[in-house]
Parts: sequence; structure tokens; C-alpha cells
Amino acid sequence: MPDEKIKKVSIVISKGSLEGVYPGLIMANGARMEGIEANLFFTFFGLEAIIKKKMNKLKVATVGNPAMHIPSLLGILPGMSAFATKMMKKEMEKLDIPPVGEFIEMIHDAGGKIYACKATVEMFHLTKDDFCEQVDDIIHVGKFYEVSAGGEIIFT
Amino acid sequence: MAAKTLAGKTVEVNDEGFLLNPDDWSEEMAPELAKEEGIDELTEQHWKIIRFIRQDFKEKGQIPTIRRIKNAGGVPIKDLYQLFPEGPVKKAAKIAGLGKPQGCV
Repeated sequence: MPDEKIKKVSIVISKGSLEGVYPGLIMANGARMEGIEANLFFTFFGLEAIIKKKMNKLKVATVGNPAMHIPSLLGILPGMSAFATKMMKKEMEKLDIPPVGEFIEMIHDAGGKIYACKATVEMFHLTKDDFCEQVDDIIHVGKFYEVSAGGEIIFT
Repeated sequence: MAAKTLAGKTVEVNDEGFLLNPDDWSEEMAPELAKEEGIDELTEQHWKIIRFIRQDFKEKGQIPTIRRIKNAGGVPIKDLYQLFPEGPVKKAAKIAGLGKPQGCV
């Protein structure tokens, strides 16, 4: 094993689909469980994962994703995304992967920090009240680099 | 693979000190394993978690996830990190004589 262990990670979540959000959450939670400091920074459509009214309603994208093995033309049919989402959530529940809201709460209770990107918060006309209570702060990019200092930055 | 003496009994462990066979474990070994992880004293709260994961492992055949320890075991996440700093499930599993957790959550 290498001598130097990772001590800190800052993970950017920029996508708002279910499959776009979960990898970052799993990595942040996994980091805390290994004693690694973790920051989560939500930007652009990734913000949906920390918006109270939307966080537990994220959907799998069924269009423009060749790995879904559904022709895009079928992916646009009403109910297709809801169906794919239901299937994926069922599989995740089997592995004990929590819903987004519970996951964010777990990461926060584990000491992980949750940040929203100021530029996109303004762009989408959001306020602190729109976000779940675990959001520590709304920060600009300079501040993001400040809190990420000395660690790895991962963009998802 | 290596052997190690815990509470007067020789047991097989992996290179990180996790017991290879959960049946080798006894409660007397827990304080020694805890010391290896920097936990000087096992309180009743520690024991509640150790007993839960032992029991759950016996029933399900796998080490419970952190979410399961929270929801089924009834231990808040904050408490888990306070009791087993910097590695709640990993440290608890080691002290409980189970292998290293292999799950992603």
C-alpha cells in the first residue's frame, strides 16, 4: 500500500439526474467512513439534490444515454424515466443505499460539509430556504478552492 | 496471513489485524482490539453496537451497512463517529472480530 493516504476530498456534483448525483454521494459517504475529510459542492443541475422539494424526486435520464440500451426514441415515451427510476431505486434499496435526502443527512451527520454554488443559486433564483437544512453555506468559486485546499478535487 | 494472541488465545488475522474467523472471537478480546484502534475504553454504548453487528452478521451473513446500524440498530450517525472515530463500521467490525467491511455504503 502507498505510504501516503488521502486525507481530504472535495466532490463537485454538477448533474441533476439520479445517476448523476449518486456517485458523488457514495464517494463522500465512503470518504467519511474511511476517516477522510469530505466536502460536497453542488452546482448547476446538481443543486436539485439539495432542494427540499426536489431531492427525493430525482429521475434516471433515459434519453441520450447509450448505456441504458433503450433507443432514444423509446426513452422519450411518458413514464419511461419513471419506470427506469423505480427499477434503479429498487436495486439500490437492496444494497441499502439510502434515498437522496437520507444520504445527505447521513453525510452531514458524519461531518461532511455541504455547499451550494452561489452563481447557479442566483441563476436559478433560489434562496437558502429552498435548500435542505444540511446545507452549510452558499459559496462562490473562490471560497470553494479555499475550503478544498490541501485535498483532492473530484468533478462529477 | 499472521497469527496473533488475544486474551490468551492464538487467532489468525489478516495483514490489517482483522480476525479471519469470526468464531475465534470472544468478548474478552474486544478491549485489546479496541486499543489497536485507539479506543482506550469500551463503554456500554460501544458494546451495544458491537453486539448488534455480531448478531446481525450471524443472522444475515454480512456486516451491516452504516445505514443499517443507524436504522435497524438505532444508533445515530453522529454517535457512531464519536464512538469509533475515523472509521465507524471498519473499527466496530474489527473490534467485533468480523472481517473488513467490503460494501460501498
